[in-house]
Amino acid sequence: MLNELIPLIWIIAKILVILIPVLIAVAYYTYAERKVIGYIQVRIGPNRVGVFGLGQPIADAVKLLFKEMILPTASNPILFVIAPVIAIAPALAAWAVIPFGDGLVLANINAGLLYILAITSLGVYSVLISGWASNSKYAFLGAMRSAAQVVSYEIAMGFALVVVLMAADSTNLSQIVLHQSGGFWHWFWLPLLPVFVVFFISGVAETNRLPFDMAEGESEIVAGFHVEYSGIAFACFFLGEYASIILICAVTATLFLGGWLSPFQGIPGLEQAFAFVPGLVWFVLKTWVFMFIFLWIRATFPRYRYDQIMRLGWKILIPVAVVWIAVIGIAIQLHIPPWFT
Amino acid sequence: MNKLIAKLKSFTLWELLIGMKLTGRYFFSKKMTIQFPEEKTPTSPRFRGLHALRRYPNGEERCIACKLCEAVCPALAITIEAQPRDDGSRRTTIYEIDLFKCIYCGFCEESCPVDSIVETTIKNYHFTKRGDNIMNKQELLAVGDKFEQRIAQEKADDAKFR
Repeated sequence: MLNELIPLIWIIAKILVILIPVLIAVAYYTYAERKVIGYIQVRIGPNRVGVFGLGQPIADAVKLLFKEMILPTASNPILFVIAPVIAIAPALAAWAVIPFGDGLVLANINAGLLYILAITSLGVYSVLISGWASNSKYAFLGAMRSAAQVVSYEIAMGFALVVVLMAADSTNLSQIVLHQSGGFWHWFWLPLLPVFVVFFISGVAETNRLPFDMAEGESEIVAGFHVEYSGIAFACFFLGEYASIILICAVTATLFLGGWLSPFQGIPGLEQAFAFVPGLVWFVLKTWVFMFIFLWIRATFPRYRYDQIMRLGWKILIPVAVVWIAVIGIAIQLHIPPWFT
Repeated sequence: MNKLIAKLKSFTLWELLIGMKLTGRYFFSKKMTIQFPEEKTPTSPRFRGLHALRRYPNGEERCIACKLCEAVCPALAITIEAQPRDDGSRRTTIYEIDLFKCIYCGFCEESCPVDSIVETTIKNYHFTKRGDNIMNKQELLAVGDKFEQRIAQEKADDAKFR
């Protein structure tokens, strides 16, 4: 009995060790978003709650917790309540396979890449279900737009992942990282540059962020799929959205920037000087770079028109990814060093 | 050829990178936020804010109920009724300004022959109850009494430009 319990408790402890920092990161990512966008717009951003406004995310969370969750009369109550749960659950579940360091991974499964692709795809159901269950025109429009968009960009993302697994010869994320070892120029961003860009753009589209936030479209359809939500259910959507943004950033760092590997590997002198830095730090730093780019993109670009989104996804991103599958296939056959020996 | 270059530029995200370079520069630029309760934007002495009725230094109210301000007011925000006072001089019995109707044009101040009604530079004020927006004579005189020095100083500062 006890022998069965101990591993279970151990796993739960590991889950908490991963999820609590993720949730704190989500809270402070909303703060960082407001700060960064404020700075780009020559404003200061939140600075009233606590030192530098660091209490702002907590104040926001408490406010949303105490607010009433309104259940629209015309809605389907069961689906209406389930949708926010579906929004947050996959975004957190996907963290199971992310390798934070050498061996620092909750579930070192062989099909890690497929797991990521499958779990992140589930996020669209929350948008669809919430849009449908709200029984509101705007919510429904947002859900429909988002469904078509996410399905299209999933294909581009899938092709990008195919290229990665060809290059790494594995779908295990730890294996993919280890395959990139050898220094800055050994990472996959260089040989897979077009695919890297395709993956990142699809990631932005997958998480319904600007300039692809057709699901929300504040200026057109109020708030899209979550227009009827309030209180903690509304907060759940945002937790899910930001958790999946951080997830996409972490996955990008893992697949294309060598995960936990030090950027100074293979450089005499610097490698030894930075040897004491744990892999987790490099991984977090690389993730931060992408998280900042997410905010930077949001602050810079206007929203795409719907047909432009579709054209970009189908006529540009997918062909680029497909062409690069062929290029990488040839490169692997020719054993081009240093990546494909 | 130009078309090809343009296509290539958008394909390599060159235009987007230029846009991001611009916003990236603004990230480091000096912020122009005024943190309101602690910092305030400068106000011209000519600023037209809350109204006030002034008095002469001997305490006598200036207003002589000529009703020029009522006549000139484009928003019909001013209501005046007048009667002879006990000493025979003509004075207002009702002098009301509806601050919701008022458009702060300053015509009342310009029309006043005795500089009685003025618009002060007070810009941060509020009403908590319906009906408080109608300033009666006592309230207007109270504002004038409270800020007489400031009003006189601002009028003097602005006088040389008029």
